[in-house]
Amino acid sequence: MLNQLRPAIVLTLILTVITGLLYPLAVTGLGQTLFAAQANSSQIKRGDVVIGSSLIGQNFTSDIYFWPRLSATSPDPYNAGASSGSNLGPTSAVLVERVKGSVEALKASGATAAIPADAVTSSGSGLDPDISVDYAMLQVARVARARGLSPEQVSQQVKANTRQAVLGIFGEVGVNVLALNMALDDLKK
Amino acid sequence: MTLVGWLQISLTLLAVLLAIKPLGLYMSRVFAGERTPLSPVFVPVERAFYAVAGIDKNREQNWIAYAFGVLLFSMAGFLVLYGILRLQAVLPFNPQGFAGVAPDLAFNTAVSFITNTNWQSYGGETTMSNFSQMAGLTVQNFLSAATGMAIAVALSKAFVRSNMTTLGNFWVDMTRATLYVLLPLAVIVALLFVALGMPQTLDGSFTATTLEGAKQIISTGPVASQEAIKQLGTNGGGFFNVNAAHPFENPNAFSNYLGVFSMLVVSSAMVYTFGQITGNRRQAWALLSAMAILLVIGIGAVYWAETSGNPILTQLGLDPLQGNMEGKEIRFGQAGTALYAAVTTGLSNGGVNAMHASLTPLGGLVPMFLIQLGEVLPGGVGSGLYGMVIFAILAVFVAGLMVGRTPEFLGKKIESREMKFAMLAVLVLPLAILGFTAISAILPAGLAGLLNKGPHGLSEILYAYSSAAGNNGSAFAGLTANSIWYNTTLGIAMLLGRFAYIVPVLAIAGSLVGKQKVPASAGTFPTDGPLFVGLLVGIIIILGGLQYFPALALGPIVEHFLMLSGQTF
Repeated sequence: MLNQLRPAIVLTLILTVITGLLYPLAVTGLGQTLFAAQANSSQIKRGDVVIGSSLIGQNFTSDIYFWPRLSATSPDPYNAGASSGSNLGPTSAVLVERVKGSVEALKASGATAAIPADAVTSSGSGLDPDISVDYAMLQVARVARARGLSPEQVSQQVKANTRQAVLGIFGEVGVNVLALNMALDDLKK
Repeated sequence: MTLVGWLQISLTLLAVLLAIKPLGLYMSRVFAGERTPLSPVFVPVERAFYAVAGIDKNREQNWIAYAFGVLLFSMAGFLVLYGILRLQAVLPFNPQGFAGVAPDLAFNTAVSFITNTNWQSYGGETTMSNFSQMAGLTVQNFLSAATGMAIAVALSKAFVRSNMTTLGNFWVDMTRATLYVLLPLAVIVALLFVALGMPQTLDGSFTATTLEGAKQIISTGPVASQEAIKQLGTNGGGFFNVNAAHPFENPNAFSNYLGVFSMLVVSSAMVYTFGQITGNRRQAWALLSAMAILLVIGIGAVYWAETSGNPILTQLGLDPLQGNMEGKEIRFGQAGTALYAAVTTGLSNGGVNAMHASLTPLGGLVPMFLIQLGEVLPGGVGSGLYGMVIFAILAVFVAGLMVGRTPEFLGKKIESREMKFAMLAVLVLPLAILGFTAISAILPAGLAGLLNKGPHGLSEILYAYSSAAGNNGSAFAGLTANSIWYNTTLGIAMLLGRFAYIVPVLAIAGSLVGKQKVPASAGTFPTDGPLFVGLLVGIIIILGGLQYFPALALGPIVEHFLMLSGQTF
């Protein structure tokens, strides 16, 4: 039986080098060469300044910006160094109180239509970059007022920044909040 | 539920179906040592490995030696991984300067990865250096999967050999699974993942200045290389705390489809390999049918429950159109989320793209129940196949009892020795799951970790031990499991679920390989037809249902009715 000690130790070490160093480093080399933008976290830059990643949501609280979904990360929302969901169950009183508060806040900000679920629920990662079209449309009036634009101009931007399903089947329709807000900022110039 | 949603689900599953035969055939050639397109590359590599490790590839092992090899290799993997985690502060590739991992957490994580569980008591981006992710976690993603595949191959051989004692050589089977199957697939899938947007860099994080002027520190790293083998090896341990709900670990709907495809493909094809090795491909399709029936029902149940939403929130003025969105990401949709949740638990993957804790009561019951069924739909790579063969043995035994004949499976008589070992394997899971859940539900140390009150709290504990003993790794993550009590007991549950299952499986293989293969006669119960598939599905559900129904009734089922009546906790 002890004659199996040598293969156990030797194979563990050799395979650690192959699958733990050669494999990830080779994929890093190839990925950085072939798909540099994606491999480097899909960063968005304005000039030399990195303003985020197109995949990672940012927190927006100002009225001139579209707001993202709720984020349960701590200590602050949209902490991209420590992803987290709320993990609250469907019968949690904490969840129900939180949703109630969010619904009231949205109504106070001028929302009149039915509240889409994604507007008052926290995402799985706490970093969801997207919102639904319904939630974006719910915010059009507020953003337009704050920016002094017409609702048509703003909803035009929502439409232009809506990601459609490929062939109408693959992928979910959604609006990338950071891209939409950047488009609005660019509009002013 | 929408037609488009079902189309997304069906087309993903169809892609897996189409890949089963070619990959299954390829793997059967690999394990038989026959020539494959990759032989020119890997035959010399393999030969060099065996020379250094002192392995004679033609020297076969009996079941005891084979099992001993598995245990020694797992032990070696544990020690290396534990060492890496504890010493990570002084090891390279640590751009964020993380300290060494605490002893109980390092124990839990090392056990978790050598048992192919990949339970996350740790938060990836706040605990693990890039070196730990690569040379620690990624390595065991390969090796624990390859170990499972080797055991499945050994069991398959027991059905074709007569009057022999040996089952092959563990070191050879495991090495071939790693080199010829997992490694090339991982390179391809990892590059596809990068193309779809997953980061692959040696940086640890970067700082962004948001539009509103705040600083946002964004963690990143070699994500794609780990994600690829995490899926292919049905491991499930995430690079990030929230696993594949994180936009870097699952950037869009397409990476989601590819993720589901790659977690299903190797396990499913292993069943075909089983058919090829045993010379009975009809048997493989019969087993695959039973798996597919239950898996599709599971997907449909989660999809239905989640699109039905949470009536308590609807009453607060929410539009019920989107269904339950707490803990979910927009880009996957309800269909992509339901697909992932059912597949990750029908398999022994355990990665998640939504927080299972925030699923509706019935939507959360399904993943928990699929784990408790033993993760055979189609289960972990290798482990799903040998789990399913155990169920098939139980099914022919029950059928034999009904008609009063000695049961046979694939020409081997199933007698009391095999049945004893099969029962031993099957009883380990409920013992670990229900035993530890009961103890945790009364101990202060167990209750201390709960986030949710009421029946959902019990579900958190029940899910945790189901996941650990079933070597799944997903969680109702409201439970704070990074405590000495949970790290230790979940670690023990993982070890029991893995090794107290593997040893009886190999014992059965050792017993079967010594028997004469009997030719089928008029009295043989055919195990490749619809009647057997129905019986097998029944056995799986009854065995799972009877054992866990009382516990499930106190958790998700009662919570469902309380939710309908508007009760909160």
